[in-house]
Amino acid sequence: MNLLSIDPAAIDWARAQFALTAIYHWLFVPLTLGVGLIMAIIETKYYRTGDAFWRRAAQFWQRLFGINFAMGVATGIILEFEFGTNWSNYSWFVGDIFGAPLAIEGIVAFFMESTFVAVMYFGWEKVSRGFHLASTWLTWLGATISAWWILVANSWMQYPVGCEFNPDTMRNEMTSFLDVALSPFAIDKFCHTVISSWIVGAVFVVAVSAWYLLKKREAERALALKSLRIGAIVGLIAAVLAGATGHKSAQTVAAVQPMKLAAMEALYDGGNAQGLKIIEGIEVPYALSFMATNDFNGFVPGINDILKGYTREDGTVEPSAQEKRERGQMAITALENYRRLKADEKTFADQDPDGYITAAKEKQLAILKENMPYFGYGYIKDEAELVPPVAVNFWAFRVMVGFGGLFILFFAYILFLNWRKKDISSMKWLLWLSIILVPCAYICSESGWLVAEFGRQPWTIQDMLPVAASVSDIGSGAVATTFWLFLALFTTMLAVEINIMLKQIKKGDPLLTPPQGGE
Amino acid sequence: MSKESFWRRAINLYYDGFRQMTLGRTLWLIIGIKLFVIFVILKIFFFPDFIGQNAEKGKEAEFVAGELSKRTDPPPALPVREGDNTCQE
Repeated sequence: MNLLSIDPAAIDWARAQFALTAIYHWLFVPLTLGVGLIMAIIETKYYRTGDAFWRRAAQFWQRLFGINFAMGVATGIILEFEFGTNWSNYSWFVGDIFGAPLAIEGIVAFFMESTFVAVMYFGWEKVSRGFHLASTWLTWLGATISAWWILVANSWMQYPVGCEFNPDTMRNEMTSFLDVALSPFAIDKFCHTVISSWIVGAVFVVAVSAWYLLKKREAERALALKSLRIGAIVGLIAAVLAGATGHKSAQTVAAVQPMKLAAMEALYDGGNAQGLKIIEGIEVPYALSFMATNDFNGFVPGINDILKGYTREDGTVEPSAQEKRERGQMAITALENYRRLKADEKTFADQDPDGYITAAKEKQLAILKENMPYFGYGYIKDEAELVPPVAVNFWAFRVMVGFGGLFILFFAYILFLNWRKKDISSMKWLLWLSIILVPCAYICSESGWLVAEFGRQPWTIQDMLPVAASVSDIGSGAVATTFWLFLALFTTMLAVEINIMLKQIKKGDPLLTPPQGGE
Repeated sequence: MSKESFWRRAINLYYDGFRQMTLGRTLWLIIGIKLFVIFVILKIFFFPDFIGQNAEKGKEAEFVAGELSKRTDPPPALPVREGDNTCQE
């Protein structure tokens, strides 16, 4: 790493701490988005039928939603603390842009969710059925909108648009809010991430239902069978849509982060008509080209192509890593010169009647602007730094896609059995599989984030700022201390949540009566 | 519906809701403890504002410029005269 005065361990600890916090936070978010959708669908059944069974069923899932919601609330705030302490250069450099979606998220989350969550839990006897249903949907929508703004912020780090660097303030300033909020990367990421979260919720609902059937809990039997069916429908739709949105995301990644795609595929030397590796040595012909370009013969650059530079099919040339580094160094030098000349301009204003200093300053500014797209490359010492961890990307991508495919088969099979009116409650292997798939759904979801974040390395902001330049000049000991503190805190919180959740599931709802139309 | 009755109903919604909580009491207790740990202990003792602590007020941009400058190898060149620009190819 290119670190002249920074403790290298501080970078690793800061990254590890951020990863730990983000992974922990992401345990709660997908369940909130997924179970939220299913509880709203179940309450809609109550609204349409007036059957008390659906009301109690909705209340049951809302209790589990509430436990997860309470445990997850504010865990994301810690990430913002870490920005200010561990990633202060990053925070200053892009805070004006990155802060906007985070602030909107905070306001939306606070007002929308706190209002409608209260009506959802306290309002059953206080408001009309329609208003209550609207509150439940708006609770879910509020959580989804929160996710939107967080994903907009993350997408901007992957694909920085709608901004301009101000060398006077050393900040990137937003030039177009719409470009940031509606960037194609953000739209793809939102669709893929939120829809894949529905899978986590569906797997959870199916698993809880399966547990009641395994335990032969008669009071909850109807709840389990009905919820299992709804969970499977939501899960199948979500799993298929996640595949489609994943395909779209891959194309966006191919266009704006080709190195990430090459690392995902461990593709060193690219070309036309590239196959997609299932594992090393086994591949689906033409599939990678199709995934990346929608054309079976499309060109996909490999890691070596990207480092050496290559010509795209539209004739545009992608510069080599060496050229990008040189241009990045020019940008950094021009920035330094500009700032010194600006100081000189004030100090020697009386002694420079011809405006030599001003002209020199403007020239440096022009050089900076011309080379700003490669600014971050100026901090890269060795081209090898530009290659993300290939093994992590390769396997995390396969875990994500593999489980995604498994979920399609799983939900489709459950719905097939349901359609054929088979007694699922007697199929113990399927019920156990449903429970085993809960951790798999989380592994799948977290793997998606591993691909997204490891694939972006070495950048915090793609091409603009590498992690080595983003991190604060802070001792590794302080960051390591908080890392272990968090690990203990998060583990305790997770244990508490799982304990409360399991107790509530075991408690079930003994007052549930079968629906009017039977099971 | 009058405005007053709306606010009364809204207050009653929260008041009755909080009073009748069962599982919610445990969850609120956990939320309270968690918020205390996050905002009082972690924020104050473990997550200082790094730039605020290390940069002079109003000189934050200079501080960050210096920090970024330190990360380059070799360090950026000094200002140059017209036609003697090391930036240019």
